[in-house]
Amino acid sequence: MIQVKNLSKRYGERIAVDDLSFTVRPGVVTGFLGPNGAGKSTTMRMIVGLDAATSGTVTVNGRRYADHPAPLRELGALLEAKSVHASRSAYNHLRVIAATTGIPKRRVDEVIELVGLHQVARKPAGAFSLGMGQRLGIATALLGDPETVILDEPVNGLDPEGVLWIRNLLKTLAAEGRTVFVSSHLMSEMALTAEHLVVIGRGRLIADVPIAEFTSRACTSSVRVRSPHSAALSELLAGPDVSITSSERGVLHVTGLSIEQIGERAAQAGICLYELSPQQASLEEVFMDLTRDCVEYRAAGEAATAGKVA
Amino acid sequence: MTMTSLAPRPRTAVGAPELSAPAFVRARRLSRGRVTLTRVVNSEWIKLRSVRSTVLTLLAAAGAVVALGLLFSGVHSGVIGAQSLGLQPGSGASPADVSLGGVNLGQMIIGVLGVVLVTGEYATGMIRPTLTVVPRRLPVLWGKTIVFGGVALVAMLVATFTAFLGGQALIGASGASLADSGALRAVVGAAVYLTGVGLLGLAAGAILRRTAAAIGVLFTVVFVVPGLFPLLPHSWNAAVGPYLPSNAGTSFMTAAHAAGSLAPWTGLGVFAGYVVAALVGAAILLKRRDA
Repeated sequence: MIQVKNLSKRYGERIAVDDLSFTVRPGVVTGFLGPNGAGKSTTMRMIVGLDAATSGTVTVNGRRYADHPAPLRELGALLEAKSVHASRSAYNHLRVIAATTGIPKRRVDEVIELVGLHQVARKPAGAFSLGMGQRLGIATALLGDPETVILDEPVNGLDPEGVLWIRNLLKTLAAEGRTVFVSSHLMSEMALTAEHLVVIGRGRLIADVPIAEFTSRACTSSVRVRSPHSAALSELLAGPDVSITSSERGVLHVTGLSIEQIGERAAQAGICLYELSPQQASLEEVFMDLTRDCVEYRAAGEAATAGKVA
Repeated sequence: MTMTSLAPRPRTAVGAPELSAPAFVRARRLSRGRVTLTRVVNSEWIKLRSVRSTVLTLLAAAGAVVALGLLFSGVHSGVIGAQSLGLQPGSGASPADVSLGGVNLGQMIIGVLGVVLVTGEYATGMIRPTLTVVPRRLPVLWGKTIVFGGVALVAMLVATFTAFLGGQALIGASGASLADSGALRAVVGAAVYLTGVGLLGLAAGAILRRTAAAIGVLFTVVFVVPGLFPLLPHSWNAAVGPYLPSNAGTSFMTAAHAAGSLAPWTGLGVFAGYVVAALVGAAILLKRRDA
C-alpha cells in the first residue's frame, strides 16, 4: 500500500509534482500513466526517498519508506534501467544489494533465474542491452521478496516476449496480494496489464479510476455520418449539446446524439444516408484527450492534428 | 545468445514459466532483513572487490610507494646510476625519509581512488539502488569509510614497510632501522597519511559527486595550495602553512623533523581534523540533498 498525500515537488521555479494525492492498493496492478515529463519518475523517486518532497507526505505500508528497519522487505524498486556499475557483474551487483539486508546468495541465484539472466550473470553489466538491464533491475526489485513493487517504465527496451513476461509477472505479483505500481507513457500497455489507473499530467492528478471506468469513457464517442446532403443534415442535427465536425467532404462526426436519434431525424427530413456508424475512441485517444493540455513537449503543428482525432 | 535464452526457466517441469516463477518469489520468508552497519560494511566490501579497476588502482598506489621508494633509495646510495638520471647521490635527506619518497605519487593515486569510489556510483547510476536499499543513507558513507579506510590502511602499511625495509637494504650500512628515533612513526605515519588522503578523496567525491570536479578540488587542496603558500608574505606562510593538510601530514611521516613544522602528534591531530571535517560535510550533504 502506497499513500500519497498532497505531494509536491518544486525544482527552483519548475513545479514537477503539484499537490498529488492517491492511494495504490494491494492485490491489483496499478498503472501510473502520464506523458513524458508529467512527474511520474519524480513521484516514484519521492516514494523511495531519493528525492525529498517539497511538501506533502508519502508512506509505504503505513510508514515513511526510510523509517522501515527492513526497507527491502517492504518495497522493491526499478527506477531507471541500468543503474548499475558498468564493470560489475550482474551477480555481484545483486550480491551487493542483498548484503545490505542479509539476504543469502541462494536468493541471488533465484532472482537471476527468475528474470532469465543466468547465462550472462557473470558478465559486466555495462555490456548489457537495455532489455537485459531492465531484467536486472527487476531482479533487484524482487530480491527482498517485497510487499510492494514499483517499476518505472519496465517494458522500455524489452522485446515482445519480454513485454509479455513482464505483464504476467506483474499480474502474478498482484494476485499474490502485493502492491504493484507501474509507470508507463503507453496507454495500450497499461490497458493490458493494469486494473487501476492513476493518470497525471504536469504533476497534477487527472484521473484515479478503475481501468473499466476508463474504458467506458472510450465508448462515449462520436458517430460518423456520410451523406450527399451533409450540409443540410448538419443544420438539422445542430443543437446546444451537439458538436459536429467534418474532416472530409460529405462526412460528419457527430457527438452528443445517438445513432438512433440521427437516423430518425434524417429519415423524417428525408435525407439520404450512405453511412451511419459508431466511432469508438481508442484508449490511446481517451488518454491523449485527457492529457492534451498537459503534454510537456509537443512538436510544432502537432496540436492542430491532435485536435481532430477525437 | 538468442533472445529465447533470456526467458525465465520453469522451476518445475510442469506449469507455465511465467506462473511458476513468481510463486517462489514469496516461497519463503527471508531473513528479517534489517539494514545494519555491519551488513552495509559487508555490501561495500563486496562492492570494492567486485570492480577490477578498484583493486588495480589500490595495487598501483602501493606499487608506486614501493617502486619509487626503492628507486630513491637506490639513487641515494649510489646503487642506481645517479649521474645517468641527473640525480645526486647521498643528498642530505635522512635515509628513512628517502625510502618513503614514493608517498608523493602514491597519495595522488589513492586520492583519485577515494574520489572514484563515490563518483563512480553517481556516474553509473549505481547510487540509486545503493540509496534505495539503505534509505537512511549515512550507513553507506560510514560503510565506505570503514571498508576503504581499512583496506587502504592495510595496503599502505604493507607498501610503506616494504619501501622502508627494501630501501634501507639498498642504502646499506648508512641506512636507518625501525628502531631509530622517529623511523617507525614515519613508516606508520606515511601509511596513515596515504589512507587519510584517500578518505579526503572519498569525502570530496561525496560532496561534489562528479569525478573531475572532486579530483580537481582534492589536488588543489593537497598539492596546489601548499605550493602557493611560500609565495605569500613570510609571516602568513609561517603562521598558516604548517596547518595545511599536506604539511600537517609531513610533520608526522618524516623521521627527520623539519624546522617550522608542527610537532608530529599535533600534525596528526590537525590532519585527522581535516579528514573528519570533510567526512562530516559529506554526511550532511548526503543526508540533505536529492540523490
